[in-house]
Amino acid sequence: MLNIRPPQDAAPLVTLANAGVRRNGRWLVRGVDFSIARGEIVTLIGPNGSGKSTTAKAAIGVLKPDEGHVSRLAGLRVGYVPQKLSIDWTLPLTVERLMTLTGPLSRTDIDTALHSTGVAHLARSEVQHLSGGEFQRALLARAIARKPDLLVLDEPVQGVDFSGEIALYDLIRQIRNRTGCGILLISHDLHVVMAETDTVVCLNGHVCCRGTPQDVSRSPEYRKLFGGRAADTLAVYSHHHDHTHLPDGRVLHADGSVTEHCHPEDGHHHDHEHDDVHDHADDCGCSHHSRLHGYDNKESGHV
Amino acid sequence: MFDDFFTRALVAGIGLAITVGPLGCFVIWRRMAYFGDTMAHSALLGVALSLLFDLNLMLAVFIVAAAVSLLLLLLQRRGALSTDALLGILSHSALSIGLVMVAFMTWVRIDLVGFLFGDILAVSEADIDLVWGGGILVLFAMVYLWRPLLASTVNAELAEAEGLQPERTKLYFMLLMALVIAIAMKIVGILLITSLLIIPAATARRFSSSPEIMAVMASVIGALAVTGGLFGSLHFDTPSGPSIVVAALCLFVVSLLPFWPGRSSETAIHSIHGGHH
Repeated sequence: MLNIRPPQDAAPLVTLANAGVRRNGRWLVRGVDFSIARGEIVTLIGPNGSGKSTTAKAAIGVLKPDEGHVSRLAGLRVGYVPQKLSIDWTLPLTVERLMTLTGPLSRTDIDTALHSTGVAHLARSEVQHLSGGEFQRALLARAIARKPDLLVLDEPVQGVDFSGEIALYDLIRQIRNRTGCGILLISHDLHVVMAETDTVVCLNGHVCCRGTPQDVSRSPEYRKLFGGRAADTLAVYSHHHDHTHLPDGRVLHADGSVTEHCHPEDGHHHDHEHDDVHDHADDCGCSHHSRLHGYDNKESGHV
Repeated sequence: MFDDFFTRALVAGIGLAITVGPLGCFVIWRRMAYFGDTMAHSALLGVALSLLFDLNLMLAVFIVAAAVSLLLLLLQRRGALSTDALLGILSHSALSIGLVMVAFMTWVRIDLVGFLFGDILAVSEADIDLVWGGGILVLFAMVYLWRPLLASTVNAELAEAEGLQPERTKLYFMLLMALVIAIAMKIVGILLITSLLIIPAATARRFSSSPEIMAVMASVIGALAVTGGLFGSLHFDTPSGPSIVVAALCLFVVSLLPFWPGRSSETAIHSIHGGHH
């Protein structure tokens, strides 16, 4: 099987046309239209309960649409990282054994995948003993080792620390570039999408807006849903970091200023005046703005 | 060839233990212990029906157990009551309907205790053929179903997304359970079948580093329990079915002792926390 295909390969892998899923008399999501082509990264964003996971499950055929159509390329090979996965402790399952859960794989493919997600040293550990982030990497390794045509990642970086998050997004980008697979990504953070995302689909029970990351952050629907300030901070992970950690522990920011930490309170960014807008975004105590590269320069115009 | 009743009991019991080992693992991985109980209890309804319509006993038990599991799947899909409550309703209704039907059939005298607790010492050569023939069939089916069954045990949606068919696999697994219950009824009885499924598998967890090893270990431990139980029942003149269960329990308790090497202590700690994710 040749896995390297030209990204411009015509037929989309998956197409959703006005798809809707209904449960117990309630529409979980309705009127979803999008398609994923080879080599394309589509990111779904939206608040809790907006139908992101439902949409992804409809796309891969786990849920049947109650209206509209979902069509998949015949023989589509999917690699899936579900949002939640709990493994009963009575099941003795090592990371290595987890890899071949849904199909046989070659030794080389297993090792390569484990190395690329940085969990090769855990191959013989039981999955129940992994931390959240390690488990997430193992799941990602399992999905990519299958060499899928379509990779579906439901919040793949949950529980992974920030530098690990960047590394994983970088890995996802590499996989796309190397194999030309399509990627459907669900972002766990409303305001953060991967830099290489081709299409952002913002859901809130329906498609509230879509487009390139720039388009979405500027669209009036997105601003209405998440507030104008939030729209400005639709941020992307980028390899051009907006700050560098200096050897003495201080931080050099993109604008040339140097601060003690990357916290917003350190005086570099003046975001604390707007904390009310961001309460829902992140409760880890560190705002993203100081670490992420926003599309719009958030320092201009809004502060 | 097995002219001694004790040898026949041993051969049949070991055959059954080997068969139920891998199934028992799935019963505990999928948290289906109560489900297994329900299917087993419904077997008495099968007994009553076989007497009423003059059907083959094992066939009637298989049909009723399979019907009960399908009924459960249907009721689960409607989602009105929790699985727990549904199992409680099905389990005891089937058992009671069976007992009531038997009571109405004044023309038959049946050994109720024999059905509830089994009578392994009365096993015939034909029964041995059935246990081993059926057992080999079940084991081949388990080998064939292994990957989809394991994958859908870990996560049904993941299995389905990656091209396996968890719903169909689950159905096949239920039919295998029904078959095993039909075979096992005569040997350990309706009330004790689930223990033969669960206890050896739970014991095997301590000594296993992969699902496959655990399945084999469960069979081995089950066979040990049957052997120990039968010799115990011979020696102490105790009922054979319960003696086998007591032997299995002893092995389980021994497996909990802290002096086993390897991952056992980690596992014990983990069992207290009950896993995560």
